[in-house]
Order: sequence, then structure tokens, then C-alpha cells
Amino acid sequence: MHAEEKFTPQTWPESPEKATLEGKNKFLGFWLFLGGETALFASLFATYLALKNKVPATGDHALSTEIFSIPLAFVATMLLLTSSLTSVYAMYHMKNYSFQKMQAWLLVTVLLGLAFLILEIYEFYHYVHEFGHTFTSSAFGSAFYTLVGTHGAHVAFGLCWITALMIRNAKRGLNLYNAPKFYVASLYWHFIDVVWVFIFTVVYLMGMVG
Amino acid sequence: MEQQMNSGNPRVDIKYRKRKNAEEMRYQVISFALMIFLTVIAFVAVGYDGFSSWFVVPFILLLAVIQVIFQLYYFMHMSHKGHELIAVFMFSGVVVAFVTVLAFLTIIWW
Repeated sequence: MHAEEKFTPQTWPESPEKATLEGKNKFLGFWLFLGGETALFASLFATYLALKNKVPATGDHALSTEIFSIPLAFVATMLLLTSSLTSVYAMYHMKNYSFQKMQAWLLVTVLLGLAFLILEIYEFYHYVHEFGHTFTSSAFGSAFYTLVGTHGAHVAFGLCWITALMIRNAKRGLNLYNAPKFYVASLYWHFIDVVWVFIFTVVYLMGMVG
Repeated sequence: MEQQMNSGNPRVDIKYRKRKNAEEMRYQVISFALMIFLTVIAFVAVGYDGFSSWFVVPFILLLAVIQVIFQLYYFMHMSHKGHELIAVFMFSGVVVAFVTVLAFLTIIWW
């Protein structure tokens, strides 16, 4: 079976993402990458926790209990969590060989991710202008923007990636060449949500507790 | 491919597979509802003034771990067969993550 072969819902394999050798390799390699990403984010979390609320003795520096607010973190969490579900829906339609429905759900995922990113940009802008909390204002600031910013960069990359897949394959439809690509992109999107679960808990919620 | 179509009657297969996929999707929606529920509890626990931080911090960390298990095993299908090596990758990552955080919080500053 070659990658560009045309399928019908009847002939579409049960696990299209792993039906070709290339798909199997992508699947395995991508999970290895996610294991590495776990270690990357762990080092950023560890740095943040070690430097949390470490501010210079001189000058007026806002601490975590002052700058974080529940509504903002809650809305951001709901947006990203919902986008994780919509990408599950996209993969559900991929397995059923419904290309248009998969594209529609991917579009919803991208829009939710975009809303999350816009909210995060507003949030950083707010911290800089309201609290003077910047990347260089304190060790706390550096660690915070590095951790949350690296996650935000992953969101931005994921949005570009999924959008590129949607546009590139818009006329091609589903086949065994692109099914692993869609699948792996959805894994990446879930992983972004996994990291966010720890960010909202460790940075925002624990920051508000003190 | 051959072993996936072994009934020889694709129309039976597709009905069966669609039903199986729909059933799995139902579990996904249930795990999503649970994840939202855990998130709301975590935010309420922090927003409510009556709890001490000695209780709230371990509690919300536990909720986060449960939520991530849902995400990995259901949304990312780690509960399916063929994810043994993947579990090795992820657990290695988790071990490195845990040791890194532990080291930064203990021997580095104290």
C-alpha cells in the first residue's frame, strides 16, 4: 500500500497514522521528542520554582500574590482545555475518513488556540504596564517569562503547524501520507495542554496562594 | 492492512468500526468533563479563603497530576495497545522532571 493511494471509508485502515512504516516511525519519534520536551519544561519549572518571588531588595517589585488573578488564568485554561477536546474530535473524524469534518474541528482548535495566545499577549502587556514586572526587572520576572513564554511559543508554533497542514492538504484530502502528520500535530497540541495544566497549577494557582 | 480487514466484508467492518470509534469518543467527552470539573475544583480551592496553603498546594498538585493522566491516557491514547515503548519515553521524561525539580528546590538553595 503506498502513501498516495486513494481510499474510501470502507478501505481506510483502522489506525491510519500507523499504517505505513513512515507513519510508525513518525509516531515513535514524536513521542521520544515529547519525552525530551518533558525534561525541557521540567528544567524551566525547576528554575521558576527556585527563583519565584526572588526580587531585588531595592525598588518596588510586585510578587506573585499581587500580579496573578483568578479570572484571567481560568479563562486561559478553559480555552486551551477545550481546544484539546476539539482536536480529539478532529482525530475522531480522521479515523472515520471524514476529511471535511476533521478540517472543521482543526479550524476550531486553531481559533481557540489563537484566542489563548491573544489573551496571553494581553496578560504580559498588563504585567509590564501595571506592575513593572518585566523580563529584566527581577529573577522572578526572568524565570516567569521564560517558562510561560516558552509555552506560549509552543502554542504559536502549534498554530502555524496545524494551519500549514490544513492549507497544504485542503485539496489533497486524507491519505496515508498525511494522516500521520495530522495525528502527530494533534499529539503536540495535547502536550501543550499537559504543560499548561502544570503552569496554571504551579505558576498561577500556587502563585496566588503565596 | 490485511489483518484489519479480515472479515472480508467491508460493510460489516465499517459499521463495527464506526460504532467503536463513537464509543471511544464518548469516553473522551467524559474525560473532558472530568478534567473541567477538576480544574474548577482547583480554582475554587485557591479562591476560597478558608483553606490553609499547607492543604491547598498538595491538593491542587494532585488534581493536576490526575488531569495530566487523563490527558495522556485518553486524549493522547496512551491506554491503547502499542504504546509500551512510548510509556518508557514518557516515564523517563517524568523521572528526569521530578529529579530536576527536587534538586532545584532542595540542594541548590538550602
